[in-house]
Amino acid sequence: MTAMLHVKDLRAYYGQVQALHGLEFELQEGSLTTLLGANGAGKTTTLRSICNMIRSTGSIEFEGKKLDNKSTESIVRLGIAHVPQGRGTFTTMTVEENLQLGAISRKDTKTIGDDIERMYAHFPVLKQRHTQQAGTLSGGEQQMLAVARALMLRPRLMLLDEPSFGLAPLIVRDLFKILGKINREDKVSILVVEQNAQLALELADKAYVIETGRIVMSGTADEIANNEDVRKSYLGY
Amino acid sequence: MELFTNQVLAGIATGAIYACMALAVVMIYQAIDHLNFAQGEMAMFSTFIAWQLMQWGIPYWGAFALTLIFSFVGGIVIERALFKPLAKAPVLTHVAGFIALFAIINSVAGLTWDFTIKQFPSPFGSSPFLGSQLISTHQAGMIGVTLILLVLLFIFFRYTRVGLAMRAAATLPESARLVGINTSWMIALGWGMAAAIGSIAGMLIAPVVFLEPNMMGGVLIYGFAAAVVGGLTSPLGAVIGGFLVGVFENLVGTYIPGVGNELKLPIALALIITVLVVKPNGLFGRTIVKRV
Amino acid sequence: MSTVQDVSTAPVVAAVPKKAMALGPLASLIILALLIVTPLFVKNFIIFQMTMWLIYAIAVLALNILTGASGQFSLGQSAFYALGAYTSAILMEHVGVNYALTLPVAGLVCFIAGFLFGLPALRLSGIYLALATFALAVAMPQLLKLGVFEHWTGGVQGLVVTKPDAPEILASLGLKVSQDMWLYFFTLAVTILIYIFSVNLLKSRSGRAMMAIRDNEIAASAMGVDVSLYKTLAFGVSAGITGVAGGLGAIAVQFVAPDGYTIQLAIALFLGVVVGGVGWLPGSLAGAAFIVFVPNIAEHISKGLSGAVFGVILIIIIFLLPNGARQLAYLAQGLIGKLRKH
Repeated sequence: MTAMLHVKDLRAYYGQVQALHGLEFELQEGSLTTLLGANGAGKTTTLRSICNMIRSTGSIEFEGKKLDNKSTESIVRLGIAHVPQGRGTFTTMTVEENLQLGAISRKDTKTIGDDIERMYAHFPVLKQRHTQQAGTLSGGEQQMLAVARALMLRPRLMLLDEPSFGLAPLIVRDLFKILGKINREDKVSILVVEQNAQLALELADKAYVIETGRIVMSGTADEIANNEDVRKSYLGY
Repeated sequence: MELFTNQVLAGIATGAIYACMALAVVMIYQAIDHLNFAQGEMAMFSTFIAWQLMQWGIPYWGAFALTLIFSFVGGIVIERALFKPLAKAPVLTHVAGFIALFAIINSVAGLTWDFTIKQFPSPFGSSPFLGSQLISTHQAGMIGVTLILLVLLFIFFRYTRVGLAMRAAATLPESARLVGINTSWMIALGWGMAAAIGSIAGMLIAPVVFLEPNMMGGVLIYGFAAAVVGGLTSPLGAVIGGFLVGVFENLVGTYIPGVGNELKLPIALALIITVLVVKPNGLFGRTIVKRV
Repeated sequence: MSTVQDVSTAPVVAAVPKKAMALGPLASLIILALLIVTPLFVKNFIIFQMTMWLIYAIAVLALNILTGASGQFSLGQSAFYALGAYTSAILMEHVGVNYALTLPVAGLVCFIAGFLFGLPALRLSGIYLALATFALAVAMPQLLKLGVFEHWTGGVQGLVVTKPDAPEILASLGLKVSQDMWLYFFTLAVTILIYIFSVNLLKSRSGRAMMAIRDNEIAASAMGVDVSLYKTLAFGVSAGITGVAGGLGAIAVQFVAPDGYTIQLAIALFLGVVVGGVGWLPGSLAGAAFIVFVPNIAEHISKGLSGAVFGVILIIIIFLLPNGARQLAYLAQGLIGKLRKH
């Protein structure tokens, strides 16, 4: 089986400061892979490099196509949806407009209406609020909206940046359940970056641990979860 | 009392000019988050194109349509050639760019068509409107066109995919790119539309103020003022702002002694600023909460 | 209901580190030497142009303090320039005050005017502030024409100002100094004083406070910077310095009239700041050179299209140097550094 996403020797910089030091990892089609790491390890930077939102060198291949010199919007149009940290909600627009924006680059406009209904089925609370301005939603609702907006692209790969950030534990559980369902039923490959290692490892099939801009460990989620160091540093028992 | 009513009516008539220009101002503000100081000159140039086409024998509405297309394309070309390369430059550099554009357009128009004033026809005629001596059919037509434009813009932004994409690109460029919107082209499109709306404003204003390279100077200032009063983000606000500024300017000229034509502008501006000091986001603008 | 939207509080200008706002001692001395020696070898008319250049440099520097240091934006500097010019002219012609003594008065009057204008302007920022200051610039010539002040201002006609002679002490020392030459050196002295004052102001506590506001107003106020005070203070200082420039301008041109101080002057000063480099004080000289000389060059290249030529030159400059003359200075610095290593 070949990898859907292949990252090699990725180096990224913020001004003079190097944030990634030759990162390498891959993601199999249909997999739900997680990148674990502490604050400042370079998780967000990795996701941003994939979408070419910051300056980076190295090679990133998606389904055999090089992404290095493509603009963010054309990378998205290849089928990579990115749910950024802070969710990137269009706060002044309605919930429904946000969902429509998710599908804005799609050519098959006829099925957009159906997809919106599907999202409402996944996240019933969004249906209740579909005419409300997105800025009035709670944090958890906005996170659901962000995931739903990303799915409206009908992506082949979804990048999620700390989906649990700032949410109550119960809501996080719900959200992760839905992510698992999307991964299995809609055949969307997912790369999720998390600080909440325990939850991410329960959900993922494959995991990487990233420290100061380098991959220090990789394996199946079970292997990583049972690793002594990981348990001490990230799981806390 | 009759004097008052008359002045208000006359104010609404002039206000239509400002409202039309203010729409173009809001349009460009939505796209680039800035006022384009050369917008009046662009509108003036478009109007000269229309005039030239009519001189060559093309009927009014044909010239109108061609000018619209010319302006739309012209706006996009200006953005691609001049402002896209400056995308990463500081904001103040952009303002300098607007000033340069202003100087170039004004000077080229002056050389091509010279500075003598020219008559510009009105498609609505200039007889009294509904028997009123205060509003001519042209002014009534102008108000009508402004309102139609407003409705079209509302539909465009609210119900079309491109309109939605433009709004997204203007409010949150990074998020917009993440849903696959080419924000750079949205900006160019905004320029094109602003130039086209500006050309309509120019062609409607020219029969009133006569056609010459400096015709838009005062109008643009009032257009800015109207857009700012309306809140800069709302086309409806811009139109209401335009009428308010028009009425206000007329009343000041009539009722405050010693205010000649010369002082009308500063006083109108001063009062607009007073409005802003009380309501810094204009009458219809969104309140934006800043965070560190 | 109002909605809340996160906006990235992008500052008007890129942050300029404090050190980078002035020139090194060696470069300063070279420029100073050139400014002193050059007029000894050129014609009177050119000396006059150099005087105007320095005067505009002061006015550009004033706007630079406002925009570059405190991040506020003004299109109304021509109003303060006019106020300073009229203050000097009226004091000289109606009261008979010595020209040199009128300058501090002009500066003080404009400082107060600027400070007072800064108070309502506090509520405005960005485009709204630009519109407010713009209104001020538009209103000023009209106010100067008002009949009420005509006895003092001379109305539309304006006032003629007597050009000062060089002090007699120079003649008794056997130095023959023409009026133009004397005025040039007098202006140069004022320019140097103002430059030193400005550099020190920006290095001081107040300067740091202003720059903190420029970079992040909310954070600055959270750190205990009195945002209102320093913003109005920046307005006042900027207006005061502009007023001194205006006074000098009136003396040099020997004439004040309302139409000499239109919005075009304010726009020119703004362009001077951009061309010189926002927040870089020595750039004011380069910016002022642009204001004084480029329109002449444009006129020279094509009379009919001088506006277009001016615009094209401006566009070329901002394309090559989007950060103004400051960029050129950095390039030169880098080059010299490289040469030294070899």
